[in-house]
Amino acid sequence: MKKKSEFAKYPAEDKAILIVGYVLLGLFVIAILLPMAYIILASFIEPVTLQNSGLTFDFSKWTLMAYERVVSNAQIWTGFKNAVIYSVVFTVLSVVITLLAAYPMSRADFRGRGLFNTMFIITMFFGGGLIPTYLLISNLGLLDSMWAVVLPGAFSVWNMIIARTYYQGVPRDLQEAAEIDGATEMVYFFKILLPVCTPIIATLAMWQFVGMWNSYFDAMIYLNSASKQPLQLVLRSILIQNQPEPGMVSDMQSTAARAQLAELLKYATIIISSLPLMVMYPFFQKYFDSGIMAGAVKG
Amino acid sequence: MDNSTSPAQVRGKSGVVHNTLVYMRQHWQLYVLFILPAFLLTLIFKYIPMGGVLIAFMDYNPFRGLLGSEWVGFDHFQRFLTSPDFLKYLANTLKLSVYGLLWGFPVPILLAFLLNRILSKGIKRKIQLVLYMPNFVSVIVLCGIVRILLSPTGMINSLLGTSTNFMTMPQAFRTIYIASGIWQGAGWASIIYTAALSNASKDLKEAAVIDGANLIQQIKAVEWPAIKDTVLIQFIMQVGNVMSIGFEKAYALQTDLNLNASEIISTYVYKKGILDGDYGFSTAVGLFNTVINVILLVSMNKIVQRMNEGKGI
Repeated sequence: MKKKSEFAKYPAEDKAILIVGYVLLGLFVIAILLPMAYIILASFIEPVTLQNSGLTFDFSKWTLMAYERVVSNAQIWTGFKNAVIYSVVFTVLSVVITLLAAYPMSRADFRGRGLFNTMFIITMFFGGGLIPTYLLISNLGLLDSMWAVVLPGAFSVWNMIIARTYYQGVPRDLQEAAEIDGATEMVYFFKILLPVCTPIIATLAMWQFVGMWNSYFDAMIYLNSASKQPLQLVLRSILIQNQPEPGMVSDMQSTAARAQLAELLKYATIIISSLPLMVMYPFFQKYFDSGIMAGAVKG
Repeated sequence: MDNSTSPAQVRGKSGVVHNTLVYMRQHWQLYVLFILPAFLLTLIFKYIPMGGVLIAFMDYNPFRGLLGSEWVGFDHFQRFLTSPDFLKYLANTLKLSVYGLLWGFPVPILLAFLLNRILSKGIKRKIQLVLYMPNFVSVIVLCGIVRILLSPTGMINSLLGTSTNFMTMPQAFRTIYIASGIWQGAGWASIIYTAALSNASKDLKEAAVIDGANLIQQIKAVEWPAIKDTVLIQFIMQVGNVMSIGFEKAYALQTDLNLNASEIISTYVYKKGILDGDYGFSTAVGLFNTVINVILLVSMNKIVQRMNEGKGI
């Protein structure tokens, strides 16, 4: 009722504009959902049928074959396992280092603050680039090691600035009360400051986790062993390079059948690999607005 | 001897040092526990590679190292700047990011305006859930989706009744790149505008309604002023980033046949450096890109700073 009356308040030509707007928004939503729905449906359809006639609701042509093959492939699971390890290690390291560094940087009395600040800010503008970084990693003996992927980006200046801004927004009273109670710096930071910063900690952790989970470049240049590849690299060979993992299609008799199956496997691979983030995503939603706004304050 | 220095001067100088030392001793945790990890990571993984850009002026040989390799001055730069590929890759890079900015920039603003006009909170939240979702799809999966939807037997071709292989067409590359970028990022990018709009005072809007302002007048008088600054700052910052267009997506959408449009500076640096092992040359190309990027970023940042201080542009 309320909705209707509010909409009814608009004069006629405004209603027309609004309806055009709603239609546009609806189209955008459909444009997002349509490919997703198509991929979900297509992933259940027999390879030959899919190639020759596309989607069908004749359920006798449906199959779980693609899922069985993807799920029973060991490399996919290795990829999942590695992605979880790298993302968790990276998130923990990065959030801890960033939160720690942001604390002295948030204090006006911190001696050397200007110096550190300049040192950090410069890295936001200028960097050595691909080859010098690659040669450093190689000289440190980190090639083909998890640390090559996890360490170089573990301290994020941008996130440090966001955390620092957040700390500075914590009411002074809290700090003064702590000082009067004789709390040391360590006690103030861990027992008083961090607990009131959980929203920003959650936001930073989510950004770092999703960022590491979804990236592939560093892993592609630094990790060579198949046993160390994160999920995105396994996906890359299936989805981008058209090279299904050995064993996924090799039992097919003809080249054509193999190609059709390889195509179908892509659909199932996309669904399976996207499930974890897509399932967790709605639970994160409440952190988005606060996090983005924290970033915008500085922007 | 330092008899010539006055006692006051000595005291003044050593006083500052002394105070700092006292401070550091009292607050040693701030240095050893809090800032040291970040300091070391920055020093090792950011500053050492900065020194490594010297390779750009060398005929770098990994076996002889930085000290044993021969200096070649600006040879690599000259080779790149005079090669016919240079203008092509520079143009590909700029076209991709500038067109991407021009097409992609207005969409999130429009989405935010529309979201702001949805009367039901519940529906608004559901739409936002859908709009933000593609942001969590990885580059590889996004490009995988693009490739299967655009394949000769994929969804787009079956809708059109054709069997065009879009991924092999250089003239289709930028459209694919930019459209998929809007599909993935516009919803997420609208958050910042949505937040700015919700800050627009409700009273002000009600006042405008009472005054009989129509929709266009309300937008002009209330909503646009509320997000104007955000829009400007976002635009300037994105202009500052036109040369830092990412490697990952362009590389994942490349095929041997669309390279004419899809080879950008960052993918070229990767191929020359990591795949061909032409370290010096690759570093030089990368450095060229970084220098332009720094100039753009610094000047755009200056503009934003001035705006934040209320001086306007």
